Amino acid sequence: MAGAGERHLTGWALTNTVVIAYALFPVWWIAALSFKDPSTLTDGNFVPEKWTLENYRGIFETSEFTRALINSIGIALIATVIAVVLGTMAAYAVARLRFPGKKVLIGMSLLIAMFPPISLVSPLFNIERILGIFDTWPGLIIPYMTFSLPLAIYTLSAFFREIPWDLEKAAKVDGATPAQAFRLVIAPLAAPGVFTTAILVFIFCWNDFLFAISLTSTTRARTVPAAIAFFTGSSQFQQPTGSIAAAAVVITIPIIVFVLLFQRRIVAGLTSGAVKG
Amino acid sequence: MAEIVLEGITKRFPDGALAVRDVDLTVGDGEFVILVGPSGCGKSTTLNMIAGLEDITDGTLRIDDQVVNDKAPKDRDIAMVFQSYALYPHMTVRENMGFALRLAKVDKTTIRSKVEEAARILDLTVHLDRKPANLSGGQRQRVAMGRAIVRDPKAFLMDEPLSNLDAKLRVQMRTQISRLQQRLGTTTVYVTHDQTEAMTLGDRVVVMRSGVVQQVGTPQYLYDEPRNLFVAGFIGSPAMNFLHATLEENTLRTIVGDIPLAADVRQSLERQNAPRDLIVGLRPEAFEDPALVDPGRPGNTFSTTVDVVESLGSDVYAYFTEEDWQPTATSELEELAADSGLSETGASGHQVVVRLNTATRIREGSRAELWVDTSRIHVFDPRTGVNLTHHENRGG
Repeated sequence: MAGAGERHLTGWALTNTVVIAYALFPVWWIAALSFKDPSTLTDGNFVPEKWTLENYRGIFETSEFTRALINSIGIALIATVIAVVLGTMAAYAVARLRFPGKKVLIGMSLLIAMFPPISLVSPLFNIERILGIFDTWPGLIIPYMTFSLPLAIYTLSAFFREIPWDLEKAAKVDGATPAQAFRLVIAPLAAPGVFTTAILVFIFCWNDFLFAISLTSTTRARTVPAAIAFFTGSSQFQQPTGSIAAAAVVITIPIIVFVLLFQRRIVAGLTSGAVKG
Repeated sequence: MAEIVLEGITKRFPDGALAVRDVDLTVGDGEFVILVGPSGCGKSTTLNMIAGLEDITDGTLRIDDQVVNDKAPKDRDIAMVFQSYALYPHMTVRENMGFALRLAKVDKTTIRSKVEEAARILDLTVHLDRKPANLSGGQRQRVAMGRAIVRDPKAFLMDEPLSNLDAKLRVQMRTQISRLQQRLGTTTVYVTHDQTEAMTLGDRVVVMRSGVVQQVGTPQYLYDEPRNLFVAGFIGSPAMNFLHATLEENTLRTIVGDIPLAADVRQSLERQNAPRDLIVGLRPEAFEDPALVDPGRPGNTFSTTVDVVESLGSDVYAYFTEEDWQPTATSELEELAADSGLSETGASGHQVVVRLNTATRIREGSRAELWVDTSRIHVFDPRTGVNLTHHENRGG
């Protein structure tokens, strides 16, 4: 029996290794590229022969990339905060209340989530130019919010539905005002949901290329994914491969930090033990 | 500690459904009152209205001589134990029990001593710093109780607090709740669908059906003098047997023989203008093996085929079937059958259960003689379900 169990374990370890290797291979590739010297860039080695930080120094030399990084962080954070706050309130209402038009609201948000963004790019371009928000932060924050709100509402309402309603009643009987009940009982229990949603929304905003390239024209609001497309080599005959690789590595770091910071909060099953089961 | 007075309490939901109709009830200071009935009878809604978790459509609710209809739950000073326990999963047992005091801005040392006192009573001291997820069902139930008692509220409201426990633990907790309530002397309203709990726990029992109070009284009174068919069938385990009877002159013809009517019962029947077809109710306890009855005791002996004999050690239950049962089924009988799950078994005919002394020699599948104490019959009007032998109807 022990042998069978061990074989089982080895099998799992092997599968995991293969899957992780498969997933991390491109990451390693781009990281390796970013550390390569321009002269060895195309030598086909997966391990740089000459390690250099030249590419990183290069992208931080001009304001083009740093400005884009500030835009990215600012726009993604603001859009995430607004979407999560609005989404939390909307999801709580969807999960807990009966109100006229609830089905329409859910249907509408699903519709928005399903809508292909590419078809909205041209109208948005015109609308934003008329409104004067083209190539500004709000010009990106608003469409990001629009597309991430349905995601936030869906994820969060699932979390709110998991929280037993009896807890809220118990808090009320224990002497809590509705605000206290929400702050002291419901919010702590919904926290994993809120953080999960925040990460999903942040990643969505952070990764977006379509809106970023279509709704910006200068470094005023251009985010990193769009800015990378405008990278140039030191001469017109040189490909900016090294800089692109370095920039790609840099923009992955905030996501990793974000997930590492909140992964402890994203523990499922926090509500277990509230009620029997 | 306080008196809870319900006057004409009515609940109508927005969709028009009438959940509770015109309930008048006074729960005395320190009294233990049970609301009992099948699911959907409005007992939990009534409790929620007392707690303030549901709006009252009509009527007045007074706690401690104060009208509280429009007061929020937090201003009513009542504690509630939920069927699901509703413990806050992110708080330890100590924090759970002290939560209400913390909201009331009681100082920390007082909270500590009160929580520890309650934990001692409920034998939870060693678990104070654990989270609910790490407790067993019985421990969680006790924490829920503890959360209520630390507050020393005007009243306890309990919504089926034992129904999530297994049978053995439920019996233990039942006696513990009873002891606790006597010790604290706090006014308690307790909701259950289990008539055994209702009978054993309460000072008084309120039987409800379809949002209407059927009868209020001590457990013994409800058992002896049920006002209608529903109360008769709901209270008592095994449930009362209902037999078809035809009124002829001064006797009732039933499958357990002809039963002569007492003068006051006959008068009651006349007053109520009773039909010829009636329903007779006989508790399983009214039957016995004729071999074990004193020869002089008045009663009927009849013969029947016993289908099943169940020996429980302390008692023997024997079952036989009334073959020519005409389904005069009133809505009460239908609901009782649904509640007991009898309508699900698909049994044909009408089953009668009798409780016999363990010394009986009656065997399964055999023809047997049974004796019935005819002085213990209840006679019901099938049209209204009214108990014609109830002492109020006898003019006694």
